[in-house]
Amino acid sequence: MRLTGLRMLIAAAALVLLAPLARAMTIDQITTPSGLHAWLVREQSAPLVVLNYAFVGGSSQDTAEKSGTANLAASLLDEGAGELDSSAFHERLENHAIEMSFRVGRDYFHGTLRALNEHRDEAFGLLHLALSSPRFDKDAVERVRSQVISGLLRETTDPGALASRRWWQTAFPDHPYGQDSDGTLASVPNITVADMRDYVGRVFARSGLTISVVGDIDAKTAGTLIDRAFGSLPERNNLRPVPDAVPGGAGKTLVVGIDVPQTIVDFGGSGIARHDPDFMAAYLVNHILGGGTFSSRLYREVREKRGLAYGVSQGLIWFRHAAVFFGGTATRADRTGDALAIIRREVKRMADQGPTAEELEAAKKFVKASYVLNLDTSTKIAAQLTQIQLDNLGVDYMERRDALIDAVTLSDAKRVAKRLYGPGLLVTVAGEPKGVTPVRASE
Amino acid sequence: MAPHPDRSISAALIAASFFAAIVYAPVASAQIGGPQVSDFTLDNGLELVVIPDHRAPVVTHMIWYKVGAADEAPGKSGLAHFLEHLMFKGTKKNPGGKFSQVVASIGAHENAFTSNDYTGYYQRIPRDRLKEMMAFEADRMTGLVLTDQVVLPERDVILEEQNQRVANKPRARLGEQIDAALYLNSPYGKPVIGWRHEIEQLTRDDAIAFYHRFYAPNNAIVVVAGDVDPADVRADAEATYGKVPRRGVFGPRIRPTEPEPIAARSLTLADPRVAQPSLQRSYLVPSFQTAKAGESEALEVLAHILGTGSNSRLYRTLVVDKHVAVNAGAYYDSAALEATKFSIYGVPAADVSLQTLEADIDAVIADVIANGVSSKELERAKTRLIADAVYAQDNQMTLARWYGVALTAGQKVADVQHWPDRIRAVTATAVQNAARHWLDKRRSVTGYLVKDKSVAHVEKRS
Repeated sequence: MRLTGLRMLIAAAALVLLAPLARAMTIDQITTPSGLHAWLVREQSAPLVVLNYAFVGGSSQDTAEKSGTANLAASLLDEGAGELDSSAFHERLENHAIEMSFRVGRDYFHGTLRALNEHRDEAFGLLHLALSSPRFDKDAVERVRSQVISGLLRETTDPGALASRRWWQTAFPDHPYGQDSDGTLASVPNITVADMRDYVGRVFARSGLTISVVGDIDAKTAGTLIDRAFGSLPERNNLRPVPDAVPGGAGKTLVVGIDVPQTIVDFGGSGIARHDPDFMAAYLVNHILGGGTFSSRLYREVREKRGLAYGVSQGLIWFRHAAVFFGGTATRADRTGDALAIIRREVKRMADQGPTAEELEAAKKFVKASYVLNLDTSTKIAAQLTQIQLDNLGVDYMERRDALIDAVTLSDAKRVAKRLYGPGLLVTVAGEPKGVTPVRASE
Repeated sequence: MAPHPDRSISAALIAASFFAAIVYAPVASAQIGGPQVSDFTLDNGLELVVIPDHRAPVVTHMIWYKVGAADEAPGKSGLAHFLEHLMFKGTKKNPGGKFSQVVASIGAHENAFTSNDYTGYYQRIPRDRLKEMMAFEADRMTGLVLTDQVVLPERDVILEEQNQRVANKPRARLGEQIDAALYLNSPYGKPVIGWRHEIEQLTRDDAIAFYHRFYAPNNAIVVVAGDVDPADVRADAEATYGKVPRRGVFGPRIRPTEPEPIAARSLTLADPRVAQPSLQRSYLVPSFQTAKAGESEALEVLAHILGTGSNSRLYRTLVVDKHVAVNAGAYYDSAALEATKFSIYGVPAADVSLQTLEADIDAVIADVIANGVSSKELERAKTRLIADAVYAQDNQMTLARWYGVALTAGQKVADVQHWPDRIRAVTATAVQNAARHWLDKRRSVTGYLVKDKSVAHVEKRS
């Protein structure tokens, strides 16, 4: 559940690659008997059903003193609910081979459920229990708390975690986005059952709920099952407001000293909001500079030509109240300075000159064509449906996406490259790097 | 895709997670995926497996060479994996990064991986590009061109990969030490990624010699999963791979095997970065390939009952009831050519010593050996394992990997297809016998990961 930079990067990359294949795929917008809305895709090639859903209100609902509350609550939902204690609840899941998972991001609580057709009634019934009457038994709370603390302890000497945490703290000081979803060694011991009940009570409501279902199931049955899981939740959520924020720290280079063979470098800056008209141009430019193929500029310069790192990449991350671009690499201590210099040079070159026409065309082709790879399993389709709904892109987004990509011109790309990469980087480094000069103040 | 675009998702660690995913996510009993799976061999000896899945116009194309780290000569550890990286450096016909550029231009994903027993390459592509990918793979089966200009920076890359996967991770370092101690004679004792001092010495000539020795159509399996018709796949394969001449003779893969273990071993890795101590133990056990009928399946069920999920014996006893651990579990790698390992791990609760934790782990194992498992536990484990076969139907990549892993470890397509039936047939007695016979401490190495207090660790800020 730890939101390291890299993990967020993967998430971000996955989010955007939605688009064209799905012409063959029909999305039904259904309304359940109790009035909940959901998107449904019928997929009959395997006898199973996948549910993917999200509530507005993730770890950004945590106060600084109690950071990690949402995460701890999420980790306890399957540890006893209703009449079932932890052991009984897990037994019911296992006896029916039901997969139920919960995850907390900064903006949302995410859940998935996967069941064989023959056990789907049981699955949605157990989900209802987990969401509406979690027990938070003392034993389970202390057990899960000790697991979270054990993970946090391990992170104290994990250079990846150290670099990432420092980056987010610096980019978003005094804002919930600067806190790690897992919380801290200071905050997690203080979280009470009342805190978790408060979180669940405020967030698990029909009003902030997004639902996607994929499987061998008709609309009527899906509606009944959705109501079984979510129908009885309170009508309105009651969220703490999260202020809009712009990431700070551009120009800073911060070093966390730790004796490890390989130095971790995180870098990034202010991104572009999902609804900004420049978003698609930014997505393409980012892909050209450091997106997920073996042809990106950073990959070629840092890995391919010089062997400075095993990997280097970056992605766009968009939240409800902020947006960033964020990237990372890992390199030998004595060559960290070289790697960072090349990353800075490439970022600046992209800001100053933008991509070439050929690069832009290649990126468009890739981004359009690769979309289909994200829609070849029920689990992936359900996740994409939820993301499209959360981003408010409309049920026809898949059909419109190619045109949105094609509409980006070279001058858009150049202008947006300047906007994205012009202000410079916030860099955090963990290790004992050579050739890196810390810069504490913003330029 | 991997967080970094890394063409070698490879190496020990990923291989391990592969196995974990694969042991528990295998395909389908005959009634589920089986009948549509076809398997045939071209005249040049290349075997093909085709798994149709028509839901999206996507195909996963994988080539698996029957060569891995366990086939390296002494002193050349890491060579199979190094070659895997170098396979992206271009051929005479398709120089430089042309293959990868085409892959990117069609919106495809590609990567590669190496294990002890196999080296694999794949592309996930729109269905109409399959033949083109086959042509590229067929070309690099024999046409690889390497110069020091590309080889030397790539060696630096794999050294960074070793840093990232192992050197920076105390738990991974402990895992390497346990393997090295567990396997007295088998090449499985070397890390797949290699020992650092040997990786540093690998050369272009090493890579080319290894390539010429092992890369041939009659030493490979192509797995195609997705929106395809087997007859078309066959025609495309004949037009591409079929043109590569058979080369050499690849007999049974004979490696040094393990003597019967006679001494319980233990080792301690002290590292200043260990903020959370832990314990890991591996037992030398048979793989599906080396086991008597039913034995490997019994070990799979045993691993599930002992160590998968919140109601497993280890988790329930150590974490829930006794509060001596924050986490505990077990896993078993069944797909291997040689004798393999059954592993147990535990992370102690605050103020609990590794010795206390170990004594409690031993007691859990002793109880299974003495009293067996309940019919409820047995049914639960089987239900879960067999359901995973159905879930695997939902993911062509999972299916393709499962076939590739199993077939390069010596299994047949029918072995894969009938896995659920064999799991269904496991009895409580077989599980108890497996525990009694194989979870004998003399067969094991126990590793302790502790904080090295002789080196002060200070997180410095600047």
